[in-house]
Amino acid sequence: MTRVPQIALLADGRRLHLQDGPIDLIVEARGSEANVRAAYEAAVRRFTGLLDELCEELLLLRQAADPARCPLQGAVARRMYEAVVPFASEHFITPMAAVAGSVAEEILGVMLQSAPLERAYVNNGGDIALHLADGEHFTVGLAERPDAPALMRTMVVHADDPSRGVATSGRHGRSFSLGIADAVTVLARTASQADATATIIANAVDLPGHPAIARCPAHDLQPDSDLGARLVTRGVGELSTGEIEAALESGAACARKLLAAGLIDGAALRLHGEMITVGARAIEMPNAQALLRGGVTESAMHV
Amino acid sequence: MMTDTTTAPVDDKIRCDACPVMCYIKPGAAGACDRYANHNGELVRVDPHIVLERTVSHGGRLVPFQAGGDWDGKIVHEPSVFVTAIGAGTTYPDYKPAPFIVSSEIDGIDMVTVVTEGIFSYCGVKVKIDTDRYLGPETATVRAQGEAVGHVTTGEYGSQMLSLGGVHHLTGGSKKEGRVTCDTLMDLSNCKPVELTIDGGATVVVQAGYPPIVNGVPEERMRVGCGSATIGMFAKQWHGKVDEVVVVDDHITGVLSEHQAGKLLDIPDTGIKMKGRRSTPGRYFQVAEPGTGWGGTKISDPLSVLGPFDPKKSRPGMTMLMVSTTGEHAAYYELDETLKPVEKEIPADLKHSVERIQENCEPALCTVLFMGGAGGSLRAGITDNPVRLTRSVKEALTRVTSGGAPVYVWPGGGITFMVDVTRLPAGAFGYVPTPALVAPIEFTLKLSDYAALGGHMDHVRPLASLKDNAELRQTPSLQSAPGRRA
Repeated sequence: MTRVPQIALLADGRRLHLQDGPIDLIVEARGSEANVRAAYEAAVRRFTGLLDELCEELLLLRQAADPARCPLQGAVARRMYEAVVPFASEHFITPMAAVAGSVAEEILGVMLQSAPLERAYVNNGGDIALHLADGEHFTVGLAERPDAPALMRTMVVHADDPSRGVATSGRHGRSFSLGIADAVTVLARTASQADATATIIANAVDLPGHPAIARCPAHDLQPDSDLGARLVTRGVGELSTGEIEAALESGAACARKLLAAGLIDGAALRLHGEMITVGARAIEMPNAQALLRGGVTESAMHV
Repeated sequence: MMTDTTTAPVDDKIRCDACPVMCYIKPGAAGACDRYANHNGELVRVDPHIVLERTVSHGGRLVPFQAGGDWDGKIVHEPSVFVTAIGAGTTYPDYKPAPFIVSSEIDGIDMVTVVTEGIFSYCGVKVKIDTDRYLGPETATVRAQGEAVGHVTTGEYGSQMLSLGGVHHLTGGSKKEGRVTCDTLMDLSNCKPVELTIDGGATVVVQAGYPPIVNGVPEERMRVGCGSATIGMFAKQWHGKVDEVVVVDDHITGVLSEHQAGKLLDIPDTGIKMKGRRSTPGRYFQVAEPGTGWGGTKISDPLSVLGPFDPKKSRPGMTMLMVSTTGEHAAYYELDETLKPVEKEIPADLKHSVERIQENCEPALCTVLFMGGAGGSLRAGITDNPVRLTRSVKEALTRVTSGGAPVYVWPGGGITFMVDVTRLPAGAFGYVPTPALVAPIEFTLKLSDYAALGGHMDHVRPLASLKDNAELRQTPSLQSAPGRRA
């Protein structure tokens, strides 16, 4: 059986859909017709065979990142490593934690090399690489839970903001989470950084040992999971308001450290309908834009 | 038997060879892509969008196999395909054109099906629980996880109705009440079990298509009729085999010797004295408090509904059968020298009549009807003049379905419909944190009618364009009557 990546324009004729194995990209570029075409062609060229390239190093990619040296060869694999290595000495983390964002970043990169674009994004299942020319902005919708998407908030990323990556992690997504967050959305300089940090923050939203939280070894669910025997969250039962706040605060403390270290630009953490944001100046709340635009703010609110 | 080496089982896992990731997938799980899964040891594709393929109904028009020449490579013969809204996705609010507006040709008429996943804040479920056990007083609050999610409404034949959800519980109460209500509605609609507690009543586990579990005891059967009706139905079979029969029922307890059916058979008085309030001869109301014991009363000893036998009419050795309306409980007595009933083993021919009562009781089930109203914004996803869609539905030009299942559209304003949740494919319902439920809804009409009501003609796609990323499912013909189980 020959495997062919799926390459198609979506029904709107504007967005490009690329899919191969677990990689599923929605790509959109804005610019002159010729430039958009050139960018899409570049994306398709780079995408073809990209999964095979990653799979050649899959065994290494599934091992904990070595803080001292990078054994990986491929450009995307090395980017994955770079995104997770800041956490490698303190946490168990494999380059796989940044795979989605790194692929998105790679594809956006070749598109921008091929043609000037006004704005563009590569969305890899919610991990998004952004490009904004001067004066442009993107409105990104924030979903509470990836398995039941609904826009609860929008974030506006302007060209003069530093963020060019958005990623969401949580226990409802495709990959397992060690934490209990429904969703943690992160804005960071790059999509690969956003991907890795969203994972780290989502893992930190937790109530260790809480009886209402069901966990099970990752390899019981997915035999070849990079998380091995580590306990991943399968279910979260009733939590009191205090417990929800405590779990969110634990994640927020982690996010504040990453913000101070310049690894993220902002994060929105959600658990059981409660949300806390850290430094996310671009995350706009209804009737609260004035409060949150410009300057680092922190707020917890009930929605 | 797996013969393909690349997918040979390793223990119970299979290895997917669809891409170079080569995932090991356990039974019931999906690979890293969420596109391929292990279904009972077989690698299957699981795709988000679901297209139903209709089978020919009994007595329906038969489609000749390979009609007209060679196979054209199509798996699906177009007229028998129905696109559901499940997985169509939606935006909130729904002011954009619906995610899929699909055209196909049926019987030479260009048909349009507009599929969308509607967001319903005005929605709920009507639950019918087949039981005579007492679940709680009418209008009592029904709770899930301690939160009020609905109320007990009318008692119906052999069953108790609950009305759950609705906009007041979803958005009118506390945030937690809204969230729990939303979860409860979604689980019930997706045919999952939900534990409900009724203020001043029972705890009942409800799951669409399964027997209710009342206070930990699974219900087995609906009653054959009320106590009086049971006397009427079985009087002839009891005649000559026993002197007296009492059918214990929370609603109307029947007494054979006093009942019209017994009188017609010249069954003599037995001197029995019933507790409760006599309605008409042989029919008694309120013989005991309602409960989960015999015949929906709270009693476990049936003799507790009797007073002392009248010595002027009774005699030692008289026999009596007491039975509940489902035949689940039965006991046989003989009066001793002091006219006290003494329990004896039920004679074989009477046991047979008890079994006959059981046999005539239908299996007790919970049934869940989802009820939702399509608001202005959802209708706007379909046409630029929403009220025309409502009129078109009322005039029966537009057919409404939910996940391919037939619906009942309420008369009156708006498009408020009910659908039996067991007729939708699994996992058809979702939610948004508003909170509100996401349910599939499809509108099918002639392309010309669609244009006339201001449809988004520029968004109409041919059916073929969906096939690449759609899953085909067999479904019974949509022609079958609503309410008939698939």
